[in-house]
Amino acid sequence: MKASNTMRLCFDSRSANESFARTAVAAFLCGLDPTVEELTDVKTAVSEAVTNCIVHGYREKIDKVYITANIYSDNRIVIKIKDKGCGIADVKKAMEPLFTTAPEEERAGLGFAVMESLMDKVKVFSQPGKGTTVTLEKQIVSKGEDYVHNSRS
Amino acid sequence: MAVEIQIKEDTVRAYLSGELDHHSAVGIREKIDESVMQSKPQQLILDFAMVTFMDSSGIGLVMGRFRLMQEMGGKVILQNLPAPIRKVMKLAGLDKLAEFL
Repeated sequence: MKASNTMRLCFDSRSANESFARTAVAAFLCGLDPTVEELTDVKTAVSEAVTNCIVHGYREKIDKVYITANIYSDNRIVIKIKDKGCGIADVKKAMEPLFTTAPEEERAGLGFAVMESLMDKVKVFSQPGKGTTVTLEKQIVSKGEDYVHNSRS
Repeated sequence: MAVEIQIKEDTVRAYLSGELDHHSAVGIREKIDESVMQSKPQQLILDFAMVTFMDSSGIGLVMGRFRLMQEMGGKVILQNLPAPIRKVMKLAGLDKLAEFL
């Protein structure tokens, strides 16, 4: 399916940009007229993925984080968050709840668990030494369509 | 992100406001811990009424404060959690560690 709207972001892996990244994706998503809950879910999942790039991918060194987001005509948003950092040797282990390689920072190790619970699909592609791409997907139940549907029934 | 701290008798109250993420959590953590270490309270109340966003960094913040209070024989109470924040807290099982008010 061809995307009906697309956007691309590239920004420094500074922690101050976590807020910028989730807010920018949320603003793009507003075209689908999401509910407040859907918007918060996407913002939270993006925040987790971007924080992973900064804390784990680049280990606090300044490099670039890349985000692309595509909206499809069936009201789906697909967001790719990519770093060119250290990569993950064992993706399965990294996705286990409470697993973290940065306990001294009080990371709860729940980033992927949060992403999986708030989004419909979470995919992780990683190559050690080359980087990691996290793909987040969510179907947005448009408030407008929901209203039409409800008023018909 | 800001935190206002009130110390009264054996209780430290921390009123958090704004967006709680990895970027803002560090400063908040330092301010809370400084007050807790100074006054050694029986209970630490974290108030989330004015928190507009929180990701798993907030979970880390609560878990860390829970450990700190546990070492001192005290407890952590989470108060005024907005619905989306309650959702993330429960997802992490924090309702088993801390009291929700």
